[in-house]
Amino acid sequence: MSNEFYLVALMALPILGGLLVSVLPKGSAGLAKQVALGISLLVLALGVMAGLAYESGSAEPFQLVAAWDWIPAWGVEFALGVDGISLVLILMTVILVPVCILAGWADADGTSGTVRGYFAWILILEGLVLGVFAATDVFLFYVLFEAMLIPMYFLIGRYGGAQRQYAAVKFFLYSLLGGLLMLAALVGLYVLSIDQYGAGTFDYAALVGMEIDADIQKWLFLGFFIAFAIKAPMWPLHTWLPDAAAEAPPSSSVLLVGVLDKVGTFGMLRLCLPMFPDASKYFAPGIIILALVGIVYGALVAIGQTDLKRLIAYTSVSHFGFIVLGIFAMTSQGQSGSTLYMVNHGFSIAALFLLVGFMATRRGSRMVADFGGVQSVAPVMAGLFLIAGLSSLALPGLSSFVSEFLVLAGTYTRYPWAAIIATLGIILAAIYILWMYQRTMTGPVRAGVAGMKDLGGREVLAIAPVLAIIIAMGFFPNPVLDIINPSVDQTMTVVGSTDPVPAIAESGR
Amino acid sequence: MNNTLAILASGEASPGEVVQATGTFDLIAVLIAIPVAGAVILLLAGRRSNRWGHWLGTAAVLSSFVVACVLFLALLAEPEDARTINQHLWDWIDVGTFQAPFALQLDPLSMVFALLITGVGSLIHIYSISYMDHDPERRKFFAYLNLFIAAMLLLVLANNYLLLYVGWEGVGLASYLLIGFWFHKPSAATAAKKAFVVNRVGDFGLSLAIMMMFATLGTFTFEGVNATVGEANSTTVTWIGLALLLAACGKSAQFPLQSWLLDAMEGPTPVSALIHAATMVTAGVYLIVRSAEIFNLSETARIAVVLVGTITLLMGAIIGSAKDDIKKGLAGSTMSQIGYMFLAAGLGPVGYVFAIFHLLTHGIFKALLFLGAGSVMHGMDDEVNMRRYGALRTSMMITWAVFGVGYLAIIGIPPFAGFFSKDEIIHAAWVEHPVAGVAALLGAGVTGFYMTRMMAMTFYGKARWDDGAHPHESSPWMTGPMIVLALGAVLAGFMMLYVGNIEQWLAPVVGYQEAEGGISTNLLIAMTLGVVVVGVVIGWRQYAMREVPEIAPIQVSAATVAARHDLYGDQVNEALFERPGQHLTRTLVWTDNKIVDGAVNGTAAGIGGLSARMRRWQSGYVRSYALTMLLGVVVLVAVLALGSLL
Repeated sequence: MSNEFYLVALMALPILGGLLVSVLPKGSAGLAKQVALGISLLVLALGVMAGLAYESGSAEPFQLVAAWDWIPAWGVEFALGVDGISLVLILMTVILVPVCILAGWADADGTSGTVRGYFAWILILEGLVLGVFAATDVFLFYVLFEAMLIPMYFLIGRYGGAQRQYAAVKFFLYSLLGGLLMLAALVGLYVLSIDQYGAGTFDYAALVGMEIDADIQKWLFLGFFIAFAIKAPMWPLHTWLPDAAAEAPPSSSVLLVGVLDKVGTFGMLRLCLPMFPDASKYFAPGIIILALVGIVYGALVAIGQTDLKRLIAYTSVSHFGFIVLGIFAMTSQGQSGSTLYMVNHGFSIAALFLLVGFMATRRGSRMVADFGGVQSVAPVMAGLFLIAGLSSLALPGLSSFVSEFLVLAGTYTRYPWAAIIATLGIILAAIYILWMYQRTMTGPVRAGVAGMKDLGGREVLAIAPVLAIIIAMGFFPNPVLDIINPSVDQTMTVVGSTDPVPAIAESGR
Repeated sequence: MNNTLAILASGEASPGEVVQATGTFDLIAVLIAIPVAGAVILLLAGRRSNRWGHWLGTAAVLSSFVVACVLFLALLAEPEDARTINQHLWDWIDVGTFQAPFALQLDPLSMVFALLITGVGSLIHIYSISYMDHDPERRKFFAYLNLFIAAMLLLVLANNYLLLYVGWEGVGLASYLLIGFWFHKPSAATAAKKAFVVNRVGDFGLSLAIMMMFATLGTFTFEGVNATVGEANSTTVTWIGLALLLAACGKSAQFPLQSWLLDAMEGPTPVSALIHAATMVTAGVYLIVRSAEIFNLSETARIAVVLVGTITLLMGAIIGSAKDDIKKGLAGSTMSQIGYMFLAAGLGPVGYVFAIFHLLTHGIFKALLFLGAGSVMHGMDDEVNMRRYGALRTSMMITWAVFGVGYLAIIGIPPFAGFFSKDEIIHAAWVEHPVAGVAALLGAGVTGFYMTRMMAMTFYGKARWDDGAHPHESSPWMTGPMIVLALGAVLAGFMMLYVGNIEQWLAPVVGYQEAEGGISTNLLIAMTLGVVVVGVVIGWRQYAMREVPEIAPIQVSAATVAARHDLYGDQVNEALFERPGQHLTRTLVWTDNKIVDGAVNGTAAGIGGLSARMRRWQSGYVRSYALTMLLGVVVLVAVLALGSLL
C-alpha cells in the first residue's frame, strides 16, 4: 500500500465497518460481535503496518502524509499525517479497541439499545478518534473533535447504568462548551491567517509558522486550552468524568477515559504549545498549579469513593494531572514522559475498568462495600486486578513507572517545588489502590461474593495482552520512546524551549 | 566528630576503574534470571505446580547461590582495584540527557549481599518446604519467595539508583504479598497494605533523591554520582543525603517510619526470617553505605543518620522488652539491631564497613532466631504468646540449642558472631559521637535483658501450655537449616573479621578508616560485657526464677505500657496523618459532589414525586451546568493568571 493511504484507511475502515455492523439484520447479535471484532483486528493489523512504515529517524516532522481539498473556499483540506506522538496514540487506540470489544462482549446485552448498535458506535468512534490523532488540518481536527462526541453520547446514554441519561447529557454539555470556545479561537486564528498569508488556511504547519501578537495569543490559547482541559479532564472542569465513566458500560468507559480523553492532552501538546508558544510559557506556571491540584485532589477524592468505577475515574483525574504537568514543564523528559504516560495510562485504565466491569457484572453492584474476599473465590481475577492496580500506582518495573518518573524528573529540572508536590501523589496512589484491593479482594468471603465465578477464557484473553504490554514496556520502554523523542524535540524547538543544564555543568561555565 | 576531616581526607574509597564484565562475570545476570524464571513458571503454572512447586522454587535459589559462589571466587581472583565489574544488559530509559541503563554492578559490597541473600535464602526455602507443608497455596508461597530473591538481588546489583528503585519496590511488593499471604485474615491484609504505604513514604524520598541527582549532576549511576558529587553545591548534597535517609528509614523500619514492621509479623514465619530480619529490612543500610560518597560530603546528613539509628536502637530494644508475642519481640529486636547499623553508617568511613559487617552477622543470627521461633510455633499449634510457652527445653532440644546459639550471638558474648560486629560499632560510636556510644552501650544491656526474657519464657520455667498442646521437635527439613545457621552464628563474626578481613574487602568500595583514640578497646569490651551481663541477670531473675503470669499483668509501669503499645507509634500516625487525612478526604468528596459539581443534583432529590423531580432536573439542567462550568472556567482562568505572576 502506498504510504499516503495508510491514515485514510485507518479512519475509513472502522467507520465503514461500523456502518456495516449497524445494518446487519435484527437478531444477529452474535454475528455483530464477531464482525466488529474482526474489523477491529484488521484495523489493528493496519495500524501495525502504518507503524512499520513510519521512520522514526526521519527529518520530516510528519509522515504518511496525505491531503485532499475539502472546502477550498475556506482553505480547508482533508489533510492527514503522523509524527511520533500521534503514532503511539494511534497504536494504543488500535490495540485497545479489539480488547474492549472482546471484553465488552456482553456489555450491550439486556440494555435499552441494540447489540449491533453498540459495536457499530464503538467502531465509528475508533475511526473518528484515529482521525483526530492524524489530522494535520486544524479545521478537520475540530470537526472530528466534535464529531466523536456523538458515538460516545450514544454509548453512554443508550447502554449505560441507571443514571445514563443524566451522565450522557452532562458529558455532552461540558464537551460542547469546550468545543464552542475552541471554535471561537479557531475562527480568530483563521482571520489572522488571512492577514498573514493573504488567503485563509487551516494548515497546521502554516498556522504554527504564524507570528501572533502576544496578547491575542493569550486569548486564542485559552480558547483551545479550555476545550482540552475539559476533555482531559483537568481540575476544576473534571466533574463530568466520574458520572460519565461510572455510568458507561465498562468497555465504553475504557474508550472514554483511556482514548477519548487523551485527545485533550494530545491537543495541548500538538496545538496549544506550537501555535501559541509565548502564551504557553506565560500560562505554564498557572497550568502547573492546576495540574498539581488535580494530582493531589483527584487522589484524595479517589480515596474517599465508595463506588469502584467512580474511584477509578478519580484516579484518572490525578493521572491526567501528571500528564499536563509534564507537558507544561517544557522539558524533553517531561513531554516524552507525558506522551508515554498517555499510552501507558490507556492500558492501565483499560485493565482496571474492564476488571471492575467483570466484578460488577458478577456481583450486580459496583459498590466497594458489596465486595470482600474475592481473592478466595476468584484468584485469577484478583491477581490480574492487582497487577492492573500496581500499574496505576506506578510500580517500578511496570510501564507507568517509566512515564511517571520521566514526568517528575523532567518537571524537577525546571520547577523543583512542583515535582516535590507531585511526588506526594505516589503515596496517595498506594493508598487508593491498595485500600481498594484490600476491601474488595481480601478478608473473609462476603455473602454475595461466595458463588462468584473466576474469569473465563474470553475475559483472560482480553486482559492478558494489556498486562503483558504493561510489563514489557516497563522493562523495554525505549522502542516506544525512540518514536516519541524526535517529535518531542521538534515540539521543543518550535516552542523555543531547551532542557535545563545540570547544576554542576551550569556552575562550571 | 573531632577527627572527621582527617578521616575524610584519608578514608575515601578508591574503587579503581569500572571493568566491563567478561568471562565468568557474564553470570551476574544469571544470578537474577534464575529466581525470576522460578517465580514466573510457578505463577503461570498455578495449581498444576502444586506437587513440584516447592522443589522448583528451592532449586532455583540454590542454583543462584552456586552462581554467587562462583562469582565470589572469580572476584577474589581479581586484583583489589579491579573488583568493580559492570554488566550492561540493555539501554533501559533514554530521553535526552536522562539515560538509565539496565546494567548490573558486581563489586565487593554487592557480592557479600548476593551471598547473604542466596545463602540464607536457600536455607529458608528448604525450611519452608516443611513449614508450609500443610498450606494448600504452598507453591504460591514459593513463587513469591523467588520473586523476592530476584528483586532483592536486583536491588543490590543495580549499577544506578533508578534500577535500584525497581528492586527496591520489587522487594516491597514481595513483602506486601507475603505479609498478606493469609489474606483472608483482615489483620494480615491490613498489615500488608500498611507496610507498602509506609514504605511509599520512604520511596517519596528515593524519588526525590534521584531527581535531585539528575537535576544537579545529570546522572544517577553510582559511577557517575561518585565522580561528580564533589562538584555539587553542599546544600544540595545534604538534601540528597536526607532524601536517601528517608528512603532508608521506610525500608528499614527506622524512626519515624518504624510502625509497619511489628504488624508485618502477620506473614508466615519464614518470611519474617528472610525478608523482615535478614535481608529486605537491611536494604536501607545498603542504600546509605552505597551512597558513601554523598554522606562523606555532608556532616548534617551523617548526623541525621546517627540520630535516627540511635533513637531506633533504643526504641526497638524497649519495645522488644515488653512484647509477649515471640515474633513481635524479635521484630522489635530487628529494629534495634538495624538501628546499630544506621548508627555505624552515620559515622562515615570509620563505620561503613562495620554497618555491613553487623548486617551480615545479624542476617545470620536473626534468621536463626526467627526460624527457631517458627519451630517453636510449629510445635505449639501456632501459639505465639510466650506466656503460654515455658519449659520447652526438654521437648525441643535441637530448637533450644540453636536458639541458644542465636541468643548468645545477638547479645554479643564472645566468640559468637554478634560480639565482634556489635563491639566494633559501639567502639566507633564511642570515639565519634560519645552520646550515641553511650546509647549503644545501654542498648546492648537492654538487648541482654529482652533476649534473656525471651529465652527464659520460652525454654525455661514452668510449662504454661494448654492441655491440648503437644510440643515436639520439628522435622529435619526445618532443624537442618537452623543447624547450618547456628554454625554461622558461632563462626561468622570471627571468620569475617580475622580470616576474611572484611574491612579490607569492603574498603575499596565504601572507604575505611580505623577509629582511634577516646577509649581503650579492651576497656570498652569489658564495659559492654558488664552491661550485657547486668541485663541478662535482671531478665533471668524476673522471668526464669520467678513465675511468669499466664495473663500479662495490668498493674505495670507507664514505661511498660508504652512499650507494649510500640511507644505509641501508631497513635501518633493516627493523630497526625490518618484522622486528619480521613477528614480531608471526606471534606473533599463532599466538596466535589456538592460545590464543584454544582448543587443541582442534591436539591432535586429532596423534592416531591418522581415526575416533578424529572421535570425539575430537565429544566434545571442546562442552566445549572452552564453556571458551574462557568464557575469552573473562572477558577481556571484566575489560577492561570495568578500563576503567570509567579
